[in-house]
Order: sequence, then C-alpha cells, then structure tokens
Amino acid sequence: MTTTVTEQLADALAARADAEGLVDVAYRTMDSPAGTLLLAATDAGVVKVGFESDDDALGELAARISPRVLQRPARLDETVRQLEEYFAGRRREFELPLDLRLAHGFRRHVLDELRDVGYGTTVSYSELAQAAGNPRAVRAVGSACATNPIPIVIPCHRVLRSDGSLGGYGGGLHVKRALLDLEQHPAA
Amino acid sequence: MTLPPFQVVLDEHGPAVLRLLRRLVGSTDAEDDWQETFIAALRAYPRLRPDSDVRAWLLTIAHRKAIDRFRARGRQPMPRDDLADPVVTSSDSYGDPHGDADLWAWVRTLPDKQRLAVGYRYGADMAYDDIAVRLDCTPAAARRSVFEGLRTLRRQLEPEEART
Repeated sequence: MTTTVTEQLADALAARADAEGLVDVAYRTMDSPAGTLLLAATDAGVVKVGFESDDDALGELAARISPRVLQRPARLDETVRQLEEYFAGRRREFELPLDLRLAHGFRRHVLDELRDVGYGTTVSYSELAQAAGNPRAVRAVGSACATNPIPIVIPCHRVLRSDGSLGGYGGGLHVKRALLDLEQHPAA
Repeated sequence: MTLPPFQVVLDEHGPAVLRLLRRLVGSTDAEDDWQETFIAALRAYPRLRPDSDVRAWLLTIAHRKAIDRFRARGRQPMPRDDLADPVVTSSDSYGDPHGDADLWAWVRTLPDKQRLAVGYRYGADMAYDDIAVRLDCTPAAARRSVFEGLRTLRRQLEPEEART
C-alpha cells in the first residue's frame, strides 16, 4: 500500500509555515524561453534566479542562507508576472525588491553598477570595471557577472567583450544571444 | 556537511510520516497531525545536526504528536467511526477478507503501548531497538508489546475466520 502526500496537503503545510514565518527561502520554478528557471525569495526580496544548468541551486541556498527552504509559489507570483512580461517584450525594467546577500565586496559593487545598464543597450567588461571604480579589474568583473545570483533581472547579459563578441553566460550563450535579440526587437 | 533544503526532507519522508500517523491515530486525524509534525520539524530544523537520522527524528516528532492526541482523547474510547465493523465488512465481501484497512482499524483498538509498538514494527518497519527508544523501554519489552498486540489481534480475528 503506498501513501502519497497530496499536493493539497503539501500546499496547506507551506501556507501555514509561511504564515508562521518559518519559510526563510521560498521558491518555485517557471517555464520560460530561457528554459526552466528556479526563482527564490527571502523576506527581503528575490535572492536567486537559477538556470537549469545550476542544478544544486537549492542546496546552495540552504547552505548559504537557511535550510528552511520550501516550495511556496505564492511568494513569487509577482516575480513570475514581471518575467513573463519581459519575455513577451512588454517590460523593460523590473520593479522587484532584490536581496543581494549572495554577492559580496567588489562583485556586489559590480552588480549595483550593472543595474543601471538599460534595456536594449550593452556595456563592455572594461567599461563596467571602470564604472565600478577599478578599471584594471576586468577579470573580476567577468567573475562578478558569472556569479550573478539574479541573472535576467540584474542584466549581466548586457555585458559584452570590447570587440563586441558575447563573452560568457551562465545560462548558455544561446540564451544570452536570445535575450539581446529580444531587447532589440521587443515587439517580435 | 550541511542540512539539505527542507523541501527535500519533506518530499523524501512526508509519505512515511503520513503512513505511520494513519496507523497510529486513524486516517481522519492523520493529516492534521502530519501538518503539526512538519511545522514542529521546520521550526527546529536549523538546529538539527547535519549527520542526524532525519527519518528517525521525524518519526519521533510524529510519535509525540500521536501521544498528544491520545492524551487529549483521554479516557474516552477510541472513535469508532472509521472502524465500521470490519468483521461484517469482510465476511460480506468476496476478496481480500481482513485487508489492510480492516486490520489497521483493529490495531487502533489495542491499548496504547501495543498499538504504538505494532504501528512502529509493521507501519514504519522499525527495528525493535528503535521501537524501544521511542517507547522508552527495553528491546525485549518492545518485542513483547508487538507480540501481545498481535496475539490480541489474532484472538479477535481468528474465530470469525473459522466461521466463514
């Protein structure tokens, strides 16, 4: 005889845990043109957007923030809505509270600068290094982009090499290219 | 070594905890106790040692919730609404006389210690050593409780079987 925990039972548990302040990291997944995305939030805001390649994202959240990680889609409804609008070409800026606790020091500084790089524009790694106050730290800017915990929302896809080539991207170069294309032709 | 996300714990052990509670308190109350168990577990989870036996820990919490329920029921007889006279049911049906559901309904009529011991042994598939820890007795006493529980069940069921 098998016993299954119904979705209803699990949802009721998550709702109550949330109401009692016991969900330190709420998460859900969403299907998108960039593949299945993992979305996670703390009380402070969105803390993680993970691509499929990031297969231990939940384990990392548990280790670095709190093991009280629970599936609680309701906490991410607004995030999903804005991402869907973005992918449909109907949103140019995200208006979401962000929790940047997973980025420290210079990397954090780079991400703050990156948030000012507008929709449909690009910047080079060295320009970004300059903006972050350390023109010679081009490599460090590269790793700040590579470890960006909240890609798409913090637009590291808008950072290119000085020669205009793509550089790298956590979600895969095809995703980076698709996002840049989308921002050039948002109506398409 | 770090604790896995609580969702992993829930997915992995949720069904076993529900199974145990159904057998200890009956299916009507099991879902409430299941939620109480996991809320209590989630509350304490960050302080759990990463090398702990998570399933045993959860079953201990579930066990305490079941005991709380027995205490709350006090001296009242066990609610019989989910028993539905299993003997009549089985003699009226063609297949599966005394199937799982009927048997566990009878288990719930046993005295507390026997009911818990039988539930742990056959509901949660626990070793006698582990049952002893949970019932706060020796392994020999745990084995005896299981044996006595089974003997009582046999007495209740066998005469009926002989008649059919």
